[in-house]
Amino acid sequence: MGRKLLLHNDHVPGIHTLDVYRANGGYASVEKALKTMTPDQVTDEVKKSGLRGRGGAGFPTGMKWSFLAKPEGVPRYLVCNADESEPGTFKDRYLMEHIPHALIEGMITASYALGARKSYIYIRGEYFYVSRILEQAIDEAYAAGLLGENIMGSGFSHDCYVQVGAGAYICGEETALLESLEGKRGNPRIKPPFPAVAGLYGCPTVVNNVETIAAVVPIVNMGGEEYAKIGVGKSTGTKLISASGHINKPGVYEIELGITVEEFIYSEQYCGGIRNSKKLKAVVAGGSSVPILPTDLILKTAKGEPRLMTYESLSDGGFQTGTMLGSGGFIVMDEDTSIVKNLFTFSRFYHHESCGQCSPCREGTGWMEKILKKFLDGTAVESDVDLLWDIQSKIEGKTICPLGEAAAWPVAAAIRHFRHEFEEIAKKKKFNDVSHYERLRKANA
Amino acid sequence: MGAQVHGAQSFDAAKRGKIVFSEDAMNTVKKIMSRYPEGRTKSALIPVLHVAQAEFGGWLSPEVMDYVASVLKIEPIEVFEVASFYTMFNLKPVGKVVIEVCQTSSCWLNGAEDIVKYIEKKLHIKVGETSSDGMFTLKVAECLGSCGTAPMMQCGASFHENLTYEKVDKILADYKADGRLRSYTDKDYKNTL
Ligand SMILES: Cc1cc2nc3c(=O)[nH]c(=O)nc-3n(C[C@H](O)[C@H](O)[C@H](O)COP(=O)(O)O)c2cc1C
Ligand code: SF4
Ligand code: FES
Repeated sequence: MGRKLLLHNDHVPGIHTLDVYRANGGYASVEKALKTMTPDQVTDEVKKSGLRGRGGAGFPTGMKWSFLAKPEGVPRYLVCNADESEPGTFKDRYLMEHIPHALIEGMITASYALGARKSYIYIRGEYFYVSRILEQAIDEAYAAGLLGENIMGSGFSHDCYVQVGAGAYICGEETALLESLEGKRGNPRIKPPFPAVAGLYGCPTVVNNVETIAAVVPIVNMGGEEYAKIGVGKSTGTKLISASGHINKPGVYEIELGITVEEFIYSEQYCGGIRNSKKLKAVVAGGSSVPILPTDLILKTAKGEPRLMTYESLSDGGFQTGTMLGSGGFIVMDEDTSIVKNLFTFSRFYHHESCGQCSPCREGTGWMEKILKKFLDGTAVESDVDLLWDIQSKIEGKTICPLGEAAAWPVAAAIRHFRHEFEEIAKKKKFNDVSHYERLRKANA
Repeated sequence: MGAQVHGAQSFDAAKRGKIVFSEDAMNTVKKIMSRYPEGRTKSALIPVLHVAQAEFGGWLSPEVMDYVASVLKIEPIEVFEVASFYTMFNLKPVGKVVIEVCQTSSCWLNGAEDIVKYIEKKLHIKVGETSSDGMFTLKVAECLGSCGTAPMMQCGASFHENLTYEKVDKILADYKADGRLRSYTDKDYKNTL
């Protein structure tokens, strides 16, 4: 059994309430940090833990915290990124819905380390009901003196608020999120300056993912060194993986970084194998933005070593033969899946979500969707594959934020590994679309 | 096209004769406005627009947006800029229940397209249209964070997951019998796994 640090209590009845959460050891990290540690000591433990951002980019959290500017008399902010909109990702929702206090506890402890008097949890608008669960938890924490003035008599005061968004994937990008939190359109800012210097209201700000902030709790409780013992190399600790697609047991799993991809897909403890006894065809391992890999490359690296669920192993081989851990949105496709059509759903998504500030992204995402639609309509010609390749290659590095790249990478990877599928449709001038229920009916016949 | 929707008829405000937040809504708005530092009340815009949309018939008319601007003491254009950017704000009248079926990868892999077609046929409307009784507007949406319980749809604050045709029948019948306007800010949300 893998070790669990975030979801170890998720099935305890009433764990969403403060009483039950505390009876199960909750808020120990707040007590320990505020009463026995200096803010810098908390940051040091996070550094020692090797924790890397769980929002997608994997940037070392302790290092990010130490970049926070601390000019005299200027407020600092902690902002939690709960925008979770990367297709295939639903782990933050699970954590906030079931154990809301795990996030609130992390917010308090992290804010103490950063010297933030106020913090905001920016949650995607579609999760409105989850925002209510969080607000209830926050009310309970205030009533118990865990938020507000002079927490636990430590002299540290803190207010935490929940802010809802209104349906825009781009607001997950940290500077777009800050714009949105200021009541504006979610247009990413040009960096630098980085949020650590000029973030919310122009003040120094740390933006961290829900899971990153929740992980601060076990790190403070057990100590950074202990935490770092879990995992492999620079991939320390545990990670929440949202598993979906053609698997027997979709859901959110907490894994120790370092288990093999094969174990994750096939063991009963996790995904439980491919549904309807079908064969595995491809996996998008870290949310829609990361390169798709065919079976042989997701189970083993190009060197023939078993692929592990770690930042390093998943990206082994670069984009030629590897992918990324990303947000942990693990989408599994069986042998009957059309890679072209799956890609179309992604491209439609990025076109819809582009904020429109940069021409390569605004226009490129539209063109890619349009060309892929031609494939689905059976009107694509063989040169359209090269055209698609050409368009995606002209986005990377030419935009304000990484959404442009996130839109280009899936297209590049699908062509790289499944070019024959595009060519076959173009040659036959026909796309065989099979409805899901039709397939199920056949499978069960 | 589906039939014309008379958004104004379900207007609570219209019943009161003018566009003003009810006392309840105003209290919520004041609470939201208190969360930000001095001079930063514009930050309240998005949450307040959600309250306004729920309060004034499920969509944001120009008059409602002007009213929100006056409450937050910002320019009307600042409100429109934001309202038109975010997909959850309706700038046109909608049915009492807006059905949003996720169409992205994991949901597509699990039959989202069939679900959309089924609802289109059942309600005699196409995506983007409203049923002739003004009850339902059908939309498609991008990943709503329920990929592990796909296919799914959202109706107001409620998530309906692991959808089947039978489940869709029951959900729509329940909404119809209930007959109320559903919004993202609903307190009695339902999650059907
Ligand atoms: C288009 C785009 C969307 C993003 N969406 C999210 C998101 O939904 N949640 C998240 O935590 N990070 C998201 N990120 C990453 C954030 O910009 C940022 O790196 C992250 O919140 C940092 O937190 P971490 O270091 O704890 O991972 C997104 C980035 C981009 C470019
Ligand atoms: S890359 Fe796309 S989403 Fe990002 S700022 Fe440019 S247009 Fe907007
Ligand atoms: S793909 Fe439909 S909820 Fe994520």
